[in-house]
Amino acid sequence: MAPMTLNKITAQKGISIGEAASRVADLGWTPSYVQEAMTFPTDYKISKVPKDPMKQVLRSYFPMQEEKDNRVYGALDAALRGDMFRNVEPRWVEWMKLFLAIIPFPEISAARSMAMVGRLAPGEELRTGFTMQMVDEFRHSTIQMNLKKWYMENYIDPAGFDITEAAFGKCYATTIGRQFAEGFLTGDAITAANVYLTVVAETAFTNTLFVAMPSEAARNGDYALPTVFLSVQSDESRHIGNGHSMLMAMINDPSNHQLLERDLRYAFWQNHAIVDAAIGTFIEYGTTNRDKSKESYSELWHRWIYEDYYRTYMLPLEKYGIKIHHDDVAAAWDRLVKKNYVHKTAQFFAVGWPVNFWRIEAQTEKDFEWFEHKYPGWYNEFGAFWKWYEKLSHPGEQNILFNTDCGYVYPHRCWSCMVPCLIREDMCTDEVDGKLYTYCSDQCRWTHKVAFGAEYEGRPTPAMGRFSGRREWEDCYHGWDLADAIKDLGFVRPDGKTLVPQPHLRFDDKEMWTLDHVRGNTLASPLRGIRALSPEDREKAVAEYRKGFTMRPI
Amino acid sequence: MGAQQKPDSNTASPTKSGAAGAASFAGSESRKYNYFEPKGRKATHYEDMTVDVQPDPERYLLQDWIINFPDGTPTYSKDWTKVKSADWHKFRAVDEEWERTHYQRQSTICGMVQNVIANGRKSGATARFDKAWVKVLQDHLGAYKHAEFGLGTATMQAQRYGYTQMINNAILTNSSYKLRFAQDLTLYLSEIALDIPGFDTAAGKKHWLEDPTWQATRKLIESIMGASDYLEQYFAVNIVFEPLVGELFRSGFVMQLAAAQNDFVTPAVVSAAEADYERNLANTVELINLLVTDPQYGEYNRGIFSSWLGKYGALALDAANNLQPIWSQPRVKVATFQEALAKAKSRVGAICSEIGLNPAGGLAN
Repeated sequence: MAPMTLNKITAQKGISIGEAASRVADLGWTPSYVQEAMTFPTDYKISKVPKDPMKQVLRSYFPMQEEKDNRVYGALDAALRGDMFRNVEPRWVEWMKLFLAIIPFPEISAARSMAMVGRLAPGEELRTGFTMQMVDEFRHSTIQMNLKKWYMENYIDPAGFDITEAAFGKCYATTIGRQFAEGFLTGDAITAANVYLTVVAETAFTNTLFVAMPSEAARNGDYALPTVFLSVQSDESRHIGNGHSMLMAMINDPSNHQLLERDLRYAFWQNHAIVDAAIGTFIEYGTTNRDKSKESYSELWHRWIYEDYYRTYMLPLEKYGIKIHHDDVAAAWDRLVKKNYVHKTAQFFAVGWPVNFWRIEAQTEKDFEWFEHKYPGWYNEFGAFWKWYEKLSHPGEQNILFNTDCGYVYPHRCWSCMVPCLIREDMCTDEVDGKLYTYCSDQCRWTHKVAFGAEYEGRPTPAMGRFSGRREWEDCYHGWDLADAIKDLGFVRPDGKTLVPQPHLRFDDKEMWTLDHVRGNTLASPLRGIRALSPEDREKAVAEYRKGFTMRPI
Repeated sequence: MGAQQKPDSNTASPTKSGAAGAASFAGSESRKYNYFEPKGRKATHYEDMTVDVQPDPERYLLQDWIINFPDGTPTYSKDWTKVKSADWHKFRAVDEEWERTHYQRQSTICGMVQNVIANGRKSGATARFDKAWVKVLQDHLGAYKHAEFGLGTATMQAQRYGYTQMINNAILTNSSYKLRFAQDLTLYLSEIALDIPGFDTAAGKKHWLEDPTWQATRKLIESIMGASDYLEQYFAVNIVFEPLVGELFRSGFVMQLAAAQNDFVTPAVVSAAEADYERNLANTVELINLLVTDPQYGEYNRGIFSSWLGKYGALALDAANNLQPIWSQPRVKVATFQEALAKAKSRVGAICSEIGLNPAGGLAN
């Protein structure tokens, strides 16, 4: 006789998961008394009812999430009991001040964008999927705020964590995170909440954000970030399912193909420009681990973005008649491996240290060796810079942002992705509505000039968003003294004079820069500068910029 | 301690530990989020998780919103409601929910509901339900689940529009509760249907769509779903629908009558929604109260809320009155519609007195 188990004793007839999901989907109906206003319109046509690939209901979802939370919070307690911070690498945690200032807003923006797709999707099959994603994003946003508070309470230097959301709104680096987040929830609802958010950001780039980065955290003695972010990532498969299902509901209608081509192109390129700039820098420059056998960011990108996403997700869309921009994928790859995109971004972050709200220490010989091993030729291009950076890290030196001896040329800002035009030879300009703008690449120029317009290739696109605001950060402080700008930013410690940012990890007042150390330097907007030139001079200036710069030997 | 150690290179920190307190320097004790004014003496954990995560040009957004809708509307706009505020940032949710507390509460409810259903079914309770009551559950609780779903989708929509994170997150958890309860009812009815021969799980939707008893309720729900002002939706859900129709049906009918029909299961399932509502109501009253006592726009706002109370109050009263025949359907009659309606009106009166509004016309008790 088969052994008795508790399950056998207590089991009772139930309804199947499929049955439960279809009953729940049947909660919706077509209103007949009052029609819902289409408040977030789209230029897409969605005629097919999207299918729910997950078939999960809320009564299994909530306990599952609670269990995941229990594991996360238990692990945070364990990390403290194990004295994690005694062995954590400050170089790493400092970058978390930037990362965790940015990420909770994109997360909650994704919750908001579920309102947009929730109403657009015909039928109610995916409603539960959208609901779970909405609550997931609420989870992510607040669990990340909790992690940040935890770092603030337990890490040696809390300055920067303590001002986090204020810093997020003001910093020149968090600008790119705001572009990312607003991209999820403003403009054409499908462009934003489906293609940009789920089809590209979540399906492709959360892998580098939430999988590759935690591995690097662990190598730096930080067990908290992997605990939180791998738990966050475990929710993403649901979101990827939502995005794909919605995409499949539109893809068979040829009238959508032109817009899908546009949006996949815009979303892929901008995700690359933003996510690779930030996460690439954290992983490559925030680490102290220089194990040559580990994958570099480019290698990780090849695995997650090229092999996993491009080859197995994007390419199959071609069979539906969608034009995929293979050239952009290749160009993004080239930017990473041939044009040193990540290295130039890290260099820019370091140059701008006085207006950061975290510390960046210089790279050392040990780091140089690893970079040269992974990126042959790196030392020739960046070695002198980091030596200058170290030399100028002591208070009393002229800060590297304004130091004219070292040879660095402050970059133009890309009007589209908002990362500066760091690959100098690719910088370009164009006019939109009679005004001149600068861009990091031709793809970004196209995004502003062509994709974000009232029509696309002759087709009216009345739902498409528009770039707005004071997009060039430098313009906000044009003509300001650096010290006054830092005060206005709020990046000053509670003593009223010591800067939050420091170009080193020396936790000692004697070594720390104050407002007096940076006073007497005037910030300027590169865009204003180039707009003020005559067309001929502008052409010369652009040609000069595209030649790049050479760091002087030290 | 560590600060006395010698550096091992130019760039390495002399302090080897990354732990709090390992060195003392400017800012090394600044261990609280310092960019917002807590509501009380000290910031709550909820405030730390929530405040200012959604920025705006009044709260640190130096570069303003950087993407617009084609008509020039920014990513978040104060114009998405008729209501005005001198400071949208003051509101804090009374239930102080952030992700961990939300999942704990939702998960506890899911466990409670499933245990009640499983134990009830195991003990054969459904076989002892009064036959007339079974039909009431099938037709009317079955219809009502769609009302809850409609409000869940309306609040899901509304949580996109608020001007602050605090407002939007309160509306988001409201939506999460409503959608869970709609599913609780759906799955509960599907499960007891396995034990009750002839129980038609499709009947509820048919009644929702066709039965004259439910049409005024459906009209009310569709009106809320169709409103384009997110605060109008939030107000109509919690200040009008819930006390006048939701509680009327859930407490005034199901929970009061079920026991007398040999049903101990349904009241327990439905009770979760009553507790959900207490929290959602507290949040809504807090927000509306802030807006009607706004130093600049209080009177103006009171006028707006009064007009919504009038509009949705009339629809809700009509919905409530149309539900009256349901009270006659159970075999054992232990509560009357008139008593339930009087209680509902009194509840509306109590809520309105909290927010300085006067229920007029048929809403007056």
